[in-house]
Amino acid sequence: MQVNEPPKPKFDIDRRKLLRSGLSLGALTFLTGCDISDNDTVQSMFAVVSQWNNFVQSELFGAARLAPEYPESMAVKDFRYNAWYHADQAPLLNAADYKLELSGLIDTKKPWSVSDLYALPQKSQITRHVCVEGWSMIGKWTGTPLSELLKRVGADTTAKYVGFVCADGYYESIDMATALHPQTIMAYQLSDQILPAKYGFPFKIRIPTKLGFKNPKFVTALYVTNRNPGGFWVDRGYNWFSGI
Amino acid sequence: MKSAKISAATHDIQEHPLLVRIAHWSQALAIIIMVGSGWRIYNSVPIIDNFRFPQWATLGGDPPISKIAHMDPGVANALNWHFSGMWLLLASYLLFMAHGLISGHFRRDLLPLHPRGLIRDFIDALTFRLSHRLGEYNHVQRAAYWGVLFAVLMMFASGLAIWKPVQLSWLTWLFGGYPTARVVHFIFMSAICLFIIVHVTLVALVPKTLVAMVLGRAADPIHTTETQHAGE
Repeated sequence: MQVNEPPKPKFDIDRRKLLRSGLSLGALTFLTGCDISDNDTVQSMFAVVSQWNNFVQSELFGAARLAPEYPESMAVKDFRYNAWYHADQAPLLNAADYKLELSGLIDTKKPWSVSDLYALPQKSQITRHVCVEGWSMIGKWTGTPLSELLKRVGADTTAKYVGFVCADGYYESIDMATALHPQTIMAYQLSDQILPAKYGFPFKIRIPTKLGFKNPKFVTALYVTNRNPGGFWVDRGYNWFSGI
Repeated sequence: MKSAKISAATHDIQEHPLLVRIAHWSQALAIIIMVGSGWRIYNSVPIIDNFRFPQWATLGGDPPISKIAHMDPGVANALNWHFSGMWLLLASYLLFMAHGLISGHFRRDLLPLHPRGLIRDFIDALTFRLSHRLGEYNHVQRAAYWGVLFAVLMMFASGLAIWKPVQLSWLTWLFGGYPTARVVHFIFMSAICLFIIVHVTLVALVPKTLVAMVLGRAADPIHTTETQHAGE
């Protein structure tokens, strides 16, 4: 049916529509404080974007690009302790009993004792530890490049991942390119002192090209694999690559 | 017919192409996500001693749930929002900039910009004598739009410096090192928030600008300035 009424002015009709869009934008901002994050669709979206960000970061990573090193005077002596438990609950490993277990795509799986490890060639580096939360600290670490150990035990360096198991229930994994990076070391010392228990005796994996939580302490087992082993914080929603 | 009467001769007209509107609202959404999640991340290690953003204003889920699911007060969620939102912000910012530069919108509407005009319009604005005409930007507005576009650019640069202080160590160095880059990131965030407050307030005062940004077009009869003001 044809109605011979003039069309309503365009900008008046749509005031209602406009009000509605305004309200939904307002609703969105209110929702943000509540539970929009605790939603399956949102969490699946995060997982997809995190995979994409892993890819972008691995592309950005330069296998030979070194983290800046700092003068000795800038290294902090009293390094910050950081874990989800109190420092006095950190596992106390006995040097005499300790063994580093090896498994996965590795030829020689004979376990390594503390003295075997400490006898490997060592180097020192003064680099910045950057925490995912935003604090950072420069420290001096001394130890053996992880690539040296991987070479000596005949690890398959064409594999994709190196996984770590720790004495405190922590676990982590890194990409092979980072494992072979010249500054990725098994750090036995911090500030020229053998690592105290709370910093990860007998050694921590020190990776200046990754965020702090990718630097596992008290490593008791190491394995090479093609299946991504995840990590303690990674399995709680943090990005796996976490390169810096 | 009322619509036939709306012409440039009798009306101030503001028009935004669909592309601009999509880019504008995507940036608005992305900035809400980036600021909300950024505040949650900030709260875990505040830059200003003892200053934290109220939890309700931040993005990252319910802290008690997160304590169980992630063993943190929502930082994992906030980081996920932040590193997802950055792609939306990047895409919409590039779209907006490319359109503004190629279509001539920036040159036509945001230029010229002179210090003298800026001071004049600023004083007029403070004394409530600055008239607003739809579709025309005064010098204060021009400066504000260039300013916020620059601030977003600096958020990308300082954000990259914080995200990649090793791979892009030259960029982090330009910002004065990692801790300083974090502060720079915070300062430009504050600048963007200030812009949003002013921007939204002015939109509330001249709601037809919102009509234009949602529907693409709004018109206002041309005011015969002096008498019109006297009558208000």
